[in-house]
Amino acid sequence: MEVTKVSNATRTFKIGEVETKALRGVNLSINDGEFTALVGPSGSGKTTLLQLIGLLDKPTTGNVTINGQDATNLNRNQRADLRKNAIGFVFQFFALIPTLTAYENVEMPLLLNGTKPAERKKRVNEMLEAVGLSDRAHHRPDQLSGGQQQRVAVARALATNPKLILADEPTANLDTENGKQVMEIMQRLNKETGVTFVFATHDPRVIGYADRVVTLQDGVITKDRKANGKS
Amino acid sequence: MIQAFKLAFRNIGRNKTRSLLSALAVGIGMALLLLMVSVLEGEMTGALQNTIRLQSGHLQVRPASYEENKISLKWEDLIANPEQIVGKIKSLPQVTVATPRLSASAILTVSDESKGVQILGIEPDSAANQPFRDGMLAGEFIKADDREGILIGNTLADKLKLHVNDKVNLLVTTSNGDVNEQLFTVRGIFTTRTPGYDESTVFMPLTKAQAITATENHASTIFVLLKNSEDADAVAKALQSNNYKILTWREQNQFIVQFEDFANAFFIIIYLIVLGITATVVTNTLVMAVFERTREIGILAAIGMKGSGIMAQFLAEAALLATGGVIGGLIIGGAAVAYFTIYGIYIGDYGITGVLFEDHIYAHFTWANTINLAIVTYIITLIASLYPARLAARLEPVEALHGLGD
Repeated sequence: MEVTKVSNATRTFKIGEVETKALRGVNLSINDGEFTALVGPSGSGKTTLLQLIGLLDKPTTGNVTINGQDATNLNRNQRADLRKNAIGFVFQFFALIPTLTAYENVEMPLLLNGTKPAERKKRVNEMLEAVGLSDRAHHRPDQLSGGQQQRVAVARALATNPKLILADEPTANLDTENGKQVMEIMQRLNKETGVTFVFATHDPRVIGYADRVVTLQDGVITKDRKANGKS
Repeated sequence: MIQAFKLAFRNIGRNKTRSLLSALAVGIGMALLLLMVSVLEGEMTGALQNTIRLQSGHLQVRPASYEENKISLKWEDLIANPEQIVGKIKSLPQVTVATPRLSASAILTVSDESKGVQILGIEPDSAANQPFRDGMLAGEFIKADDREGILIGNTLADKLKLHVNDKVNLLVTTSNGDVNEQLFTVRGIFTTRTPGYDESTVFMPLTKAQAITATENHASTIFVLLKNSEDADAVAKALQSNNYKILTWREQNQFIVQFEDFANAFFIIIYLIVLGITATVVTNTLVMAVFERTREIGILAAIGMKGSGIMAQFLAEAALLATGGVIGGLIIGGAAVAYFTIYGIYIGDYGITGVLFEDHIYAHFTWANTINLAIVTYIITLIASLYPARLAARLEPVEALHGLGD
């Protein structure tokens, strides 16, 4: 089943009189349970495509569907609602709220979707355990290493049990060991829970984890292949 | 909502100095206004009460031909046999004191110095004179049968270097236009703490004042005090007569009442200026916070927080700043009001015709003023946060998360 589908999407940014075409007609379908890497050089449009799929931005032309629902014409609040329930995000920088503890950061999306306190507590603890940070639950981001922060971000992305997790350069600011840990956790959660991951990267070591590799170049998909040895 | 306040509380703690200064700006603004409104209240209340107890009473009964700015001693301009009407007034249940008084202009001379004064003939035993008894600084209060004794105010005594038992000459124009003069002895020196009054008023027994001005058994006015000042209109109505004018304290002190209205209107302008400045500080603080936390706003939006939630977040911060500011304002302002309630502010002889200001202005605390001010400060602070809150709420997630990648 399709978790998300992007049809003929273009995205043009206009800064002053200068127009930049970040995406030039992209078609992409991501199925349930895939572990997909979006790869390509800087400026190829990976992040822009993730933002469109994540409903953080709207395509200039074309359509984006999430779980079969056309999200192209949804207003801000409707997009926020869809994000809240269907999509989790992991960003390149360690995008945690600095004033909240690891526990509270993971709890935040559950608060936003109105999960009851008992269920919330159970879910947060499960997620922190899944990323191996139960013992760091009450630490604030500045008391955690970069790798630990990114693992908290993964736990937060999974907290509401979304169908789709979008990760933009999730290991870019991590050393090799921490990057490896984060990718292994994401891969394990993909296998165990069936949640779909789409991550943008240009790190060859990260690409190796993907089942499917979609290559972008100058705003268009130039290659879409199953990874070697994977079905 | 609890989560919004929890997050707001922690956000405020991120830059403690800035948050403290912002709350302090709100607090100082409120404290300043609390002090101003309390001093204004004290000034107006004090001036009115002073004028009522020393000069106007709650009611005055005057002859029908009475004119405000004319101290006439002609018999037709005076109340004949005042004890009759005093008896009638005293029989009313709302009345505490009713006493006749006679006013006359005079020139007081000592050595080679002269001074224009107003003689007030009073019934020395009347309770209406309690403020003067309480204010005795030296000597003793005059007695009803004293034919040579007078009381003078301390300001007059200081200016003419007079002491108890000193002799002064009083020259008056009588009811029939003749001039009369007599040597009097200063029996006592009083103060009402109202320099203008204390410089120009000389007391003598009513009968002596009538004798020296040839106004036998006549009075200029009946001075009336009531149990409750709000009964003035009802008592005036009950005493209505074609032969007399009944003047209530409101009619006699219109200037003070109008001045209070004017002062209140002017105060609103000051109010807006001070709160406008504090609101600007709050707006500035929160706008800075929005710019500093743009990326966090983007994260919250990305995980599904709606614009209204982000707005609530900043309003919660403003509410906490306002709470801190209002509490600080109450403490600082309350302390200042308490100080000036006890010690006052010395203004010296600040005379306005018809208004008796004391030489000190005392603050007067009222819960109504304080609660109003706290509510207004709170609301203005919240209004000041609307712009930054909307600014945050309207940020597009993709713009807020700028720098996410390529």
